Amino acid sequence: MPLTKDIHLDRQPPDLKAYESGGGYEGLRKALRSMTPAEIVEEVKASNLKGRGGAGFPTGVKWSFMPKDAAGPKYLVANADEMEPGTFKDRFLLEGNPHQLLEGMMIAAYAMQVNVAYVFLRGEYKRAAQTISRAIAELYAAQYLGKDIVGSGYSLEIRLHLSAGRYMCGEETGLLNALEGKRANPRAKPPFPPVSGLWGKPTTVNNVETLCNVPHIISNGATWFKGLSRSKDGGTKLYGASGKVRRPGLWELPMGVTVREILEEHAGGMREGLRFRGLLPGGASTDFLTEEHLDVPMDFTEVQKAGSRMGTGTMIVLDDRTCPVGMLWNLEHFFAQESCGWCTPCWSGLGWIERILNAMEEGRGEPGDIEKLTFQTKFLAPGNTFCALAPGAAEPLQSGLKYFRDDFERHIREKRCPWRSM
Amino acid sequence: MPVEIDVTTVYIEDRPYPMDPEQNLLHQCLSAGFNLPYFCWHPALGSVGACRQCAVKQFKDEHDKHGRIVMACMTPASDGTRISIKDSEAAAFRAGIIEGMMLNHPHDCPVCDEGGECHLQDMTVMTGHDYRRYRFEKRTFRNQYLGPFLNHEMNRCIQCYRCVRFYREYAGGADFNSFALRNLVYFGRDKDGVLENEFAGNLVEVCPTGVFTDATLKRHYTRKWDLEFSPSICTQCSLGCNISIGKRYDTLRRVVNRYNGEVNGYFLCDRGRFGYEFVNSERRIRQSRLRTEAIGPDAAKRHLRDLVASNPGVIGIGSPRASLESNFALRALVGPDRFYAGIPSSELELLRLMLDILRSGPAGTPSLREVESSDAVLVLGEDVMNVAPRMALSLRQSVRQQPIEIAKRLHVALWQDHGVREVLQDAKGPFFIATSSATRLDDIATECCRGAPDDVARVGYAIARALHSSSPEPQDLADNQRAFVESVTNAFKMAKRPLVISGASYRNIGIIRAAANVSRVLPGATLSFITPECNSFGLAFLTGTSLEAAIKAKPTAAIVIENDLYRRLPAPEVDSFFSQCAHVVVLDHLENRTTTRAELVLSTATFAEADGTLVNNECRAQRFFGVFPPSETIRQSWQWLGEWENLDRVIADMSGGVPGLSGIAQAAPSAAFRMSGAKVPREPHRWSGRTAVLANITVDEPKPPVDLNSPLSFSMEGNPDQPPAALIPFFWSPGWNSAQATNKFQEEIAGPLRGGDPGVRLIEAGQGEGIPMASRAAESDEDARLSAPNRDRQGADAFNGALFASVPSAFQPRENEWLIIPLFHIFGSDELSRAAPAVAQLFPDPYLALNADDAAKFGAEASVMGRNLPVRVTPGLPQGVAGLPSGLPPLEGIMLPAWSGISRI
Repeated sequence: MPLTKDIHLDRQPPDLKAYESGGGYEGLRKALRSMTPAEIVEEVKASNLKGRGGAGFPTGVKWSFMPKDAAGPKYLVANADEMEPGTFKDRFLLEGNPHQLLEGMMIAAYAMQVNVAYVFLRGEYKRAAQTISRAIAELYAAQYLGKDIVGSGYSLEIRLHLSAGRYMCGEETGLLNALEGKRANPRAKPPFPPVSGLWGKPTTVNNVETLCNVPHIISNGATWFKGLSRSKDGGTKLYGASGKVRRPGLWELPMGVTVREILEEHAGGMREGLRFRGLLPGGASTDFLTEEHLDVPMDFTEVQKAGSRMGTGTMIVLDDRTCPVGMLWNLEHFFAQESCGWCTPCWSGLGWIERILNAMEEGRGEPGDIEKLTFQTKFLAPGNTFCALAPGAAEPLQSGLKYFRDDFERHIREKRCPWRSM
Repeated sequence: MPVEIDVTTVYIEDRPYPMDPEQNLLHQCLSAGFNLPYFCWHPALGSVGACRQCAVKQFKDEHDKHGRIVMACMTPASDGTRISIKDSEAAAFRAGIIEGMMLNHPHDCPVCDEGGECHLQDMTVMTGHDYRRYRFEKRTFRNQYLGPFLNHEMNRCIQCYRCVRFYREYAGGADFNSFALRNLVYFGRDKDGVLENEFAGNLVEVCPTGVFTDATLKRHYTRKWDLEFSPSICTQCSLGCNISIGKRYDTLRRVVNRYNGEVNGYFLCDRGRFGYEFVNSERRIRQSRLRTEAIGPDAAKRHLRDLVASNPGVIGIGSPRASLESNFALRALVGPDRFYAGIPSSELELLRLMLDILRSGPAGTPSLREVESSDAVLVLGEDVMNVAPRMALSLRQSVRQQPIEIAKRLHVALWQDHGVREVLQDAKGPFFIATSSATRLDDIATECCRGAPDDVARVGYAIARALHSSSPEPQDLADNQRAFVESVTNAFKMAKRPLVISGASYRNIGIIRAAANVSRVLPGATLSFITPECNSFGLAFLTGTSLEAAIKAKPTAAIVIENDLYRRLPAPEVDSFFSQCAHVVVLDHLENRTTTRAELVLSTATFAEADGTLVNNECRAQRFFGVFPPSETIRQSWQWLGEWENLDRVIADMSGGVPGLSGIAQAAPSAAFRMSGAKVPREPHRWSGRTAVLANITVDEPKPPVDLNSPLSFSMEGNPDQPPAALIPFFWSPGWNSAQATNKFQEEIAGPLRGGDPGVRLIEAGQGEGIPMASRAAESDEDARLSAPNRDRQGADAFNGALFASVPSAFQPRENEWLIIPLFHIFGSDELSRAAPAVAQLFPDPYLALNADDAAKFGAEASVMGRNLPVRVTPGLPQGVAGLPSGLPPLEGIMLPAWSGISRI
């Protein structure tokens, strides 16, 4: 399992020397010495690596959008602003093996002929900030960063930027605005970042886990990478589970293992006395899956077919003693809080949803509330809003209304949350 | 060869419409006359896709029955696009957006002071949202004190972001922002305080609801539909912004922007918007008087007639703030030979020179729209923000012209405002300022060069020289001047639409000549002169003799119209003039020192009570119409002075009798104009109280006052259709009660008004035939030796003018004297807005401006020209140059620039 093989929670992350002794920076050397930037992009395309931030866009294709002959600077940003509720996979990689990310960034930067790259790190990830800055310092000291890296003539600067902390910063254009010191509002697309990104220059933003795969693809080849997977999407994936399961955690598994395998084998099934009701497969902004979907393979295509999205691949599990309305209220409260206030459906709709759910939980639900919620989930559909935040927020709610409608109705009928007295 | 125009076909409800592919669908739908609601989009600010109000259904092709919702403002009008506005899903979504906005918006339309001119109200009605499903509490905000102009009511906010986009991105303000998140975004300052930006007042019209409202209106509040409007022209600087003025009962209630695509577009400056209150001032002269006795109008007129008859040598002193008609009437009364300009020769000669330069071309003078599209600008000797504020707003847009080419190359649609701004970042096109002190546009300048006025002129000459070898060369430029000249020259050589701006502020002829030279050696350049007052150029068309000449004539009798001579010349000179004049007649509307010297004072109309023509800085003659019905006691100057039947008769006499003014009749339709036999109503059809407003005087409903001077009626009766552009009293269209109704009056959105933007240009580019020989200034100066142009240079074909030859010598500081120059203040330098309480609040106290080194010699206060003044450190002032604020009451009448000692107190 390439991503996590050097990560040991009981030890400090490998320093440069340790990382290199385990084969680290071989991918970089290979890239710089024997591959053209175009060949790297082709290799990554061939590997079927898809973006691990949640959207699952093919990484090599994304890189190929970067203009090759643009005058002036180009940028690469590692999106380490991991704020999706229930998601902690990038943190594991950042704290456990910072050089893996940095090597991935360096190869990616070389492939796109970028000379300045940023790690945009969630502000609360203090430990990761230490590990990353230490690793960057090591690289500069060893002249792996700066001018003329390992005698290749290629130069790269990497900077660590600590986010002030907003969910919107995880959206790539919101991130770019934040990095420029502006409000983290999303930008209109087009123009897309490869045309006009950071400071109006061509920019690619990649998720941490995505970049961590890159050194292994380059070292071992696209065919090897595809072979790691049980599905069409290449490689392994960090899957996680939280909620009232026996062993909440994070596992690197072949892409395409089933939901059931993650839930039952790795997370150990539900805790004693609890029954499974549903799960959000890839963070808070994905639709619920239920019992009937347990044998769905966890990859970008199959989960979508089942009516949800794999998202970040870190599932939040709902049991039969937890109120689904309460769970959704909690999530929608988060989304409403994090709305940047730019587009009307989002700032008005999420606030309204949150208030209705709160009212239901407090016994103030009214007939017609379910219809209003249903209306809002459609109102916040993709395309209606400026960015994906609100449509994402609508996903758990729309599926929650579908699968747990009785629970909503009970809240209104009984004028209380039925779970509160239990 | 047929010109191929790039037009695409867009299908709306399955009907084809030709559209501009460079535009977005919202822009095009509105241009085509559709009612599609919107908020965040603004024709001058572009699209950002925030409010999601303009949703339409887009279909892939004619077989697609499902379609998808798109935002019209963010969708290009590309060929074959098929959309539906009526589609039920799109309509429901639009109603949902309004519902979202109304969650927190007060439900008090019937009693809200924005009601009846609220875009949100209009759009709510348009979408059909009418039932409140939201049962939770509304959020509330604390409002801020934002200064004397604007009232803040944040609870009405719908988060469309227009205000912050206008204030920061368009107008360059820094002390206003959006704060916080989600449904709690707050638009205001970080703390209470006067908004710093000179265009903040536009928020009244930019805000689609009533978050920012006119605080001056609030003090004498009237609903829009209860106001009686007239199309007018701002009189508070030389740009001639078009305004709508609204009155009720006997007070002028407010000024709003009157769109003119070539002049002010959608925006006014705050002096223009809020300076109107002098009309209501207690200092108004509401009755004529003979010495101290009030007299009736007939007696007043008889006195005037007798006085003229018995004093054959009576002279007339005109005014740059009076209309062409009033000045002409005086000229006609006393004879052209005894008509004087009412401004010092130092100003008049410059105005005449500027007219000569513009007549001889080849550089044309740009409208503000053209200023905005200039791609390289040089300002020579003008503090544009404080002298001609609205032009500064245009210049803020002009610096985007060159960088915008980058966006074009990247295929970012130019209407996609934030996309373009992201690409541009802080990139600014070439914009150069050469002045004697810092200006409020320095922040967008590529480079600034400071120097005494003569040095500004020298820098100008040097630029002309660098561009063309036949322009004279200033010797011994300083290094910084050379570097500046090189930068300007390089930028101008690359520019497609370069612009030179200059004017009379420093009363320096060298600056104007240098500006002319630069414009003449630069192919494709335009030249814009800023003049001191609203009709400075108009006055210069009528006479070439100055106020000093009037004094020198030692007349026994003088008639002064709309002019406080104590602002023009030092008090002792004016005093002695009046003392030796046996009879002084003054026509004016506000008491001032000149009116106190008059034997006969005739109570005269302000712009709000008068009709006439003003010639702005681009020589555009524009007609304004009064909003107050004719009064027995208050009359227009031309009515006091002559016996014309109406304004058109004055115009006919003038256009026939004064060279250069023959076109002014075309500035607006004549009084005889009718639409389907009816006049244009000044009152909206919902105007209330027709039978009640005079009920305290008579219970009969009197016949509406007759307006002999215009095709407008003082009534709600008349033709309700859209009148010709020059006659639009207010913008209103069914369903469009706010300022956004402007859309319905344009040929296309943000384009010209239907039938063309109003105003007649009296001078067009390259009209004249060569050298400015006729200039009095030139005649009186050996600088009239104009060198022949060198025609062998590339681009010299366009070059048919001649060049000024004499370069001033470099400024030499003196041992114990300073060159005192005038410094201008948007709020303070203007005469009439002093009587507008809101504007007067922002007047600075008088001060002496010195650079830091000089200031250190004097301490907190110093004595200059017999006045003790606090010392203010003013950045940029060169060594040996000091400044005094121009026009501030205690400093009026000082002729600047002038040399003076400064002493410690």
